[in-house]
Amino acid sequence: MASCCSLKVLTLFSLFIVPGAVESNNIEAKAGQFFSSGHTNNWAVLVCTSRFWFNYRHVANTLSVYRSVKRLGIPDSHIVLMLADDMACNHRNPKPATVFSHKNMELNVYGDDVEVDYRGYEVTVENFLRVLTGRLPPSTPRSKRLLSDDHSNILIYLTGHGGNGFLKFQDSEEISNVELADAFEQMWTKRRYNELLFIIDTCQGASMYERFYSPNLMALASSQVGEDSLSHQPDLAIGVHLMDRYTFYLLEFLEDIHPASTANMNDLFKVCPKSQCVSTPGHRTDLFLRDPGNVLITDFFGSVRKVEITMETINLTAPMVHLAVERPVSELKTESQSYVDQLPVAEIIHQKPKQRDWHPPDGFILGLWTLILLVFFKTFERGLV
Amino acid sequence: MAAIEVERHRGRLAALAIAVVVIAVGVPLWWKTTETYRAWLPVTQINQLAQLQLQLSVEVEVVFSRGTLTAEHQKKIDPTHTRLEEHPVDETTVLSYRYETRYRTATIMEEDALNQPTAAETDESLHLLSESPCGSVVIYVVPESTTLLPEGVSVYVGQRRTALLRAGRPMRVGVGLKEVLAHLETQVQQVLKVMSFSHSDITAALSDRVRLDYSSREGLADSMRAFKSSPGYEITFSLLNPDPKSHHLHWDIEAAVQSYIQPLLSKLAPVADFSLDSQILYYAVLGVNPRFDPSLNAYTLNADSLSHVINPVEARLGSSAASSNPVLNFLLYVPDARHSPLYITDHRKYTVVSNAFSSPRWGGIMVYNVNGTELPVHINIDMTRVMGVFLAQLRLMLGVQSSTPPPGFLVGPCGPAGLADWELDRLLWSRSVENVATATTTITSLAQLLDQIGNIVINDNIAEQVSAAVASLQLAVGQLEAGNLGLALQYSKEAILHSERAFFDPSLLHLLYFPDDQKFAIYIPLFLPMCVPILLSLLKMAAEARQRRRERQDKKE
Repeated sequence: MASCCSLKVLTLFSLFIVPGAVESNNIEAKAGQFFSSGHTNNWAVLVCTSRFWFNYRHVANTLSVYRSVKRLGIPDSHIVLMLADDMACNHRNPKPATVFSHKNMELNVYGDDVEVDYRGYEVTVENFLRVLTGRLPPSTPRSKRLLSDDHSNILIYLTGHGGNGFLKFQDSEEISNVELADAFEQMWTKRRYNELLFIIDTCQGASMYERFYSPNLMALASSQVGEDSLSHQPDLAIGVHLMDRYTFYLLEFLEDIHPASTANMNDLFKVCPKSQCVSTPGHRTDLFLRDPGNVLITDFFGSVRKVEITMETINLTAPMVHLAVERPVSELKTESQSYVDQLPVAEIIHQKPKQRDWHPPDGFILGLWTLILLVFFKTFERGLV
Repeated sequence: MAAIEVERHRGRLAALAIAVVVIAVGVPLWWKTTETYRAWLPVTQINQLAQLQLQLSVEVEVVFSRGTLTAEHQKKIDPTHTRLEEHPVDETTVLSYRYETRYRTATIMEEDALNQPTAAETDESLHLLSESPCGSVVIYVVPESTTLLPEGVSVYVGQRRTALLRAGRPMRVGVGLKEVLAHLETQVQQVLKVMSFSHSDITAALSDRVRLDYSSREGLADSMRAFKSSPGYEITFSLLNPDPKSHHLHWDIEAAVQSYIQPLLSKLAPVADFSLDSQILYYAVLGVNPRFDPSLNAYTLNADSLSHVINPVEARLGSSAASSNPVLNFLLYVPDARHSPLYITDHRKYTVVSNAFSSPRWGGIMVYNVNGTELPVHINIDMTRVMGVFLAQLRLMLGVQSSTPPPGFLVGPCGPAGLADWELDRLLWSRSVENVATATTTITSLAQLLDQIGNIVINDNIAEQVSAAVASLQLAVGQLEAGNLGLALQYSKEAILHSERAFFDPSLLHLLYFPDDQKFAIYIPLFLPMCVPILLSLLKMAAEARQRRRERQDKKE
């Protein structure tokens, strides 16, 4: 087992040497970029785990990351968005159908095309682990599945309330760091990812990535064990805190990234230093095989497709077979259709009240009559005597 | 006094009886009821499968036509010859290739066939004579002076599984049989590298088991380009018309698919199921603004900006919600009137002839320029040209490698289906090996996982699927050894199906992680109040018994 691991490490080190050797000119450098990252598609799993109105900021966090990831190119079909509660249509929301991420309501992250795959009570630990490991019932539609392959880079973003070694889901259950690490290991054995970036914005978030042991994982957390992640600013009109600090500064950083940008992971590690965040963000790169300085932000947050020019074509010489389409000519005269009277108003108005079946008298009536009879008989008795 | 003694004795018996019941009945009962149901898995067979020893057998037939072999050589030649190559890949995987070569001379009918004017016709008439089984290769050795092959070409690879090999110099009279055969052997090996599998193909197919050393860029690009083996694929053809006011487009997609794509897919039916659909999207724009190039008097899209084209379009392409099969998208984009004509330029600023590009594991996009002076322009799209490009891209996506043949080789046209038989064989070889490798890793990692996590329930249906997968795998490996490629692929597909079903069964979700301190916290309030009195009474009985023994010993002394 150890020799197998060392062989894997050795073969992947040789993968680094190759891109270095081909950096001859700029075009070759770009082509080298193609081969050094080794991924052909991008997926994102964004999860907000808390419900209730006062956890508005967690939904806003997740929707901000969703917005950035979509802007940088990952399509909805490759994003699994799980929101545990619906803030936009919550009856306590003074501005319905909006979720703001900045005070003074500057940025509405709940736009026209938010596609939530798991909503409300569907966001459970079980469903989250099922999405990650792929063990979904066969009736699950495509949009709710993580159909990644061995050349997919996956971004996983979790936010909510957490503690030392666990993350709370829906205020009723929790996922432990061991379960998460096991789920990632199962993903690795089935080659469901090429590289995985794990970002968590909760209190004591660093405890969640302590137990990882699968290769090619990079993790970022908003606070260390023993520290709390704090929220950014309340909005007085809406009445709740709108964003968490770490994700707020992360969003600010991502707004500067465009699909062709060359910012790398070392810049991401510098997001939200202690002066701004109050908590100390942490990261873990020891399981990651490439150097974080060589990893582009768009490798995970965007979806830069690799393209190849088609050089060869096939010369087709056979003529096209035109299908003889025979549409049956119907001689029947179809009778004109009309809608059935949808609401028979006339019938309803002139309806007689339905005869209801006789039921024995209710408890209240019985009690009332008993009282009356008692009083009557008592007075009668009194009267007689 | 005696009554107290009797009472104490009865108490002792009672305590002993309770302790016996608790230990003999209670503990096994608790153990049995908190056990998770785990059906039996064929663990020894799975561990055997972890050590994969694949042997691939190829049947090669070398037919000598008249004039290539002298009469005495014909008499002395050994009709069969087996060559075995061993390639250990890593400590758990060993590959061995067995080439069984049969030598014979051509029959009269084959000689007639070889007398045709061109190589293509020869190929056709040879095929009419006999059909070679899947996975085999037939090489016809023709004399050096033959006119079938043009100058400088020593091998012609036909549409089916035959090749024409020009006899080399040593085939002349006076040379010993051994030199002739040795020279022939090297040439035959070269032919087999093209027509049958090569070692790099097979090791690339094993990428699930073995983390490979990509020493060549082509190797990595090839592995990233083709889709992994899947039971089905969905192919979607989309026509993008961003400017319906100016262009009225008509494409006869049904006829085109029926004539050009369907033959290829029918030929690939043993590999996977395909489902086809098509759509027309209006007002769908590319996400990139093309630049006007005055030298070409046209708009150009540079190769660097092509990668940003796909994402805005992908949001509008649908895919079937019901299946989880990989989707191949082929887009035909007709540029709007303001940006016509539009050409794609490569890195060196030359326009690309096909005006198309593809993205690995996603699909292809072709730009179709229409020119018309008066708007609106009614266009009947030339589906032959379009399908030629899409067919080439489809072949690449499905894993039909089109590596350049070595010098001196002439590869014939691929035939009406767009796929030559030997190309199909190569695909079948790599698919079977890939399926076998994937299925073995799935089963072994499932067994490892179930071993590691002790409280996952293993239902009977999972055990059934695992046993079925193991049986199919053994059959597939056996068929590969025997050289029956078609059956091997079928069994390997069954193995994949069963192993995937077993691995991804929804009931195998491990949600029962209890750290040790939580386990103690659950059991202590239940068992401690019950066990403490029993233990204490047992200890008390033991202390009393010891004391009595000491008294008795004192009494004796």
